[in-house]
Amino acid sequence: MKSLARILPFLARTLAGLALTLAGLLLITFIIGRVMPIDPVVAIVGDKASAETYAAAREKLGLDQPMPVQFLRYIGGVVKGDLGTSSVSNRPVIEEIGRVFPATIELATLGILIGIAFGIPLGIYAAFKQNRWQDHLVRFVALFGYSMPVFWLGLIGLLVLYAGLGWVGGPGRISVAYRYSVPVWSGFMLIDTLRVGNLDAFRNALSHIILPASLIGYYAMAYLARMTRAFMIEELGKEYITAARIKGASEARVLWKHALPNILVPLVTIIALSYGLLLEGTVLIETVFSWPGLGLYITNGLFAADMPAVLGGTFIVGLCFVLLNKSSEIAYAFLDPRTER
Amino acid sequence: MKRIGTLFGAAALLLSAAATPLLAKTPPGVLVVAKNIDDIVSLDPAQAYEFTSGEIVSNIYERLVEYNPAKIDELKPGLAASWKVSEDGKSIAFTLRPGAKFASGNPVRPEDVVFSFERVIALNKAPSFILKQFGWTPTNFEQMVKKTGPNEVTITIAGNFAPSFVLNALGARVGSVVDAETVRKNMKDSDFGNAWLSRASAGSGSYALETWRPNETVVLKANANADLKAKTPQIVFAHVAEGATQRLMIEAGDADIARNLGPDQIAAVKGKAGINVETYPQAALHFFSLNVKHEKLNKPALWEAIRYLIDYEGIATNLLKGQMKVHQTFWPEGFPGAVLDKPYSLDIEKAKGILDKAGIKDLTIDVDMIASAPFTDIGQSMQATFAKAGIKLNLTPGASSQVITKYRARQHEGMILYWGPDFMDPHSNAKAFAYNLDNADGSPQSTTTWRNSWHIPEMSRRTMAALVERDGAKRLEMYRQLQKEVLKESPWAMTFQAQAQVVIRDNVKGFVHGATNDLIVYRDVEKK
Repeated sequence: MKSLARILPFLARTLAGLALTLAGLLLITFIIGRVMPIDPVVAIVGDKASAETYAAAREKLGLDQPMPVQFLRYIGGVVKGDLGTSSVSNRPVIEEIGRVFPATIELATLGILIGIAFGIPLGIYAAFKQNRWQDHLVRFVALFGYSMPVFWLGLIGLLVLYAGLGWVGGPGRISVAYRYSVPVWSGFMLIDTLRVGNLDAFRNALSHIILPASLIGYYAMAYLARMTRAFMIEELGKEYITAARIKGASEARVLWKHALPNILVPLVTIIALSYGLLLEGTVLIETVFSWPGLGLYITNGLFAADMPAVLGGTFIVGLCFVLLNKSSEIAYAFLDPRTER
Repeated sequence: MKRIGTLFGAAALLLSAAATPLLAKTPPGVLVVAKNIDDIVSLDPAQAYEFTSGEIVSNIYERLVEYNPAKIDELKPGLAASWKVSEDGKSIAFTLRPGAKFASGNPVRPEDVVFSFERVIALNKAPSFILKQFGWTPTNFEQMVKKTGPNEVTITIAGNFAPSFVLNALGARVGSVVDAETVRKNMKDSDFGNAWLSRASAGSGSYALETWRPNETVVLKANANADLKAKTPQIVFAHVAEGATQRLMIEAGDADIARNLGPDQIAAVKGKAGINVETYPQAALHFFSLNVKHEKLNKPALWEAIRYLIDYEGIATNLLKGQMKVHQTFWPEGFPGAVLDKPYSLDIEKAKGILDKAGIKDLTIDVDMIASAPFTDIGQSMQATFAKAGIKLNLTPGASSQVITKYRARQHEGMILYWGPDFMDPHSNAKAFAYNLDNADGSPQSTTTWRNSWHIPEMSRRTMAALVERDGAKRLEMYRQLQKEVLKESPWAMTFQAQAQVVIRDNVKGFVHGATNDLIVYRDVEKK
């Protein structure tokens, strides 16, 4: 009972903060959407529609209502799980996001796994070899990854590895030959191909995802390696590390048993942040690789003045960010018992 | 440090899992078209109004009369085997092609034609104005379109129009005939099946819609009940937004046709083994216009001068590299009645003389344009040549919807844009470029004339006279006169006619690409 009494206020605070953040996010996106010099009605009816057709479409979109009414109606829908109807495709936004988001999650998850698998060891290694050539090399690789435009890397990657060498699959999530032999179940191509036991299709899907995932993974790796290095250098300079070394602990023990657990808390935050960025920031990669994901969905919505799509997509991205943040906060409690207090 | 090695090893294993990919080329029996398909709003013929949806709808549905894509002045029977115009020219009776069937197996009946046109008028979507021109309204429709025999439907026109105009308009995609039985089963409230038909199909064309996933793919399958059978069982339109990516796909053999390569990408693939580049003249016309609502731009001498300040040949040859050709009148080359005069070329000195004589100097014009090629290329070239005559162009690139919004509201000064006819009749463009009776702000019209505030009552009357002229040859001559006048007197410079450059694998035969997206035909495509 005592722990429940402790958890309930925490939960209430968390949920209230979540609701407030999301309402603020929606309000800002809504206002930006309304002040943009783009007429969503034109996007639907075309520029040659008659005045009568234009007026009918405007009324149907509810744009003839005062702005506060439009916003309140939207918020009311969101509370009921209705993100509105795309003004371009005429489909429920929630249904469209359900279709595109798995593609982004699949890509971003593989990307962050690659980023973690390379970035953290590289960061630790660079810190361990601080100011030696290995450190400089890691820093150069990280800086390169962080500085190069990801769409350029994507095009070069496609040119060399797909068109030139044929080592990886081309644009899209799977080749046309397999596209209709794999029923959509989870929306995650790798899972869906495995579920039906089609290993050829699985390998084909893997060959399609590996290049874009590696590129965004490289981007995440660059960030994670730099941050891990910085955290680790700071940690290795602390007195308890010197004490451990004096007591005769091996360098491996110093790194893995003493230093690493202490940098895990900030690392978890960085990983969560990177994952959040990959979930919403892969627009260019999605464009270059014709990857039908959420970033592309929001961008297309923006260009087409499809505000329900933009608002819905932004809401989902915001929700992911907030949830990732909260998850990392919860993870702190496990990684550092002091944060429980 | 061993642990670091283990972590690296695990990561490398993950990457190497894909080191031996299976690169499936396009399967036999499936035509893969790499194309930017993000413009599709709806695949309902009563609503479809974009380039890609036009192309898809035209391969799914038939119209009563249809254009010959290879010979644009030839209107041929479609679902109507024949037609008869009444003596007063106000009615046309169509006899339907016997035995025609929809993909569902239902026969094509006069009732289907009536229902198809009725839903266009009732739904009142963007392309409905093409049929509403005939004076059809929800209230008078029953009297205007009727079944007049077991296999005959008769349409009546309110007003005086040349029969050729009516037939041309009916050949547009909005004249597509849908399977009324099937659509009625899928009607929701009073939507005439619009929501369902936006993502399904009920036509009698060579293909039927299998799947549409927005911004991802459109799949067509051959319609077994079609009279004109498709030679390739399935067409997959794969959404590939980037021309550079399309180029890689066609080179790797993962696409059979690539549709959106830019001039440099076209140049790069030309001459490569296994790849052909085909060029097709298009109906879309590009122009630079001035909004004469602004006093500083309401000067005929300025209008004349701008026509000498554009490097037409230089832009077409060096920047657009075959994706457009110079064209200076409002009706495109290849269409009956088009005037091919090109009296203007870059002549800075002549333009300067005209401007000096009119006392025009230190002029700055804010120019809006869509922030993508070719508009940006054209704009930058014009900026350079206009500067030589002392006119400063401030280029403002924006998203297409943003530019159009401003244009509709007549808030622009200069505009670099394009125009495509809605149906293959000269009136479609004459109405846009040679008609503006009511120039009031409160009477918005979707014409180039109104949007640029060019008020031309006298010319408008002649445009309407051409519309009702029943003598075909005389009618075309009237449009030629209008083109010549607009060429010399308008506050814009018509600049280019678009040309579609399509990259096709050399084993693909039978692809037909007419002057508009409605005239792209996949029926005879075969992969050898």
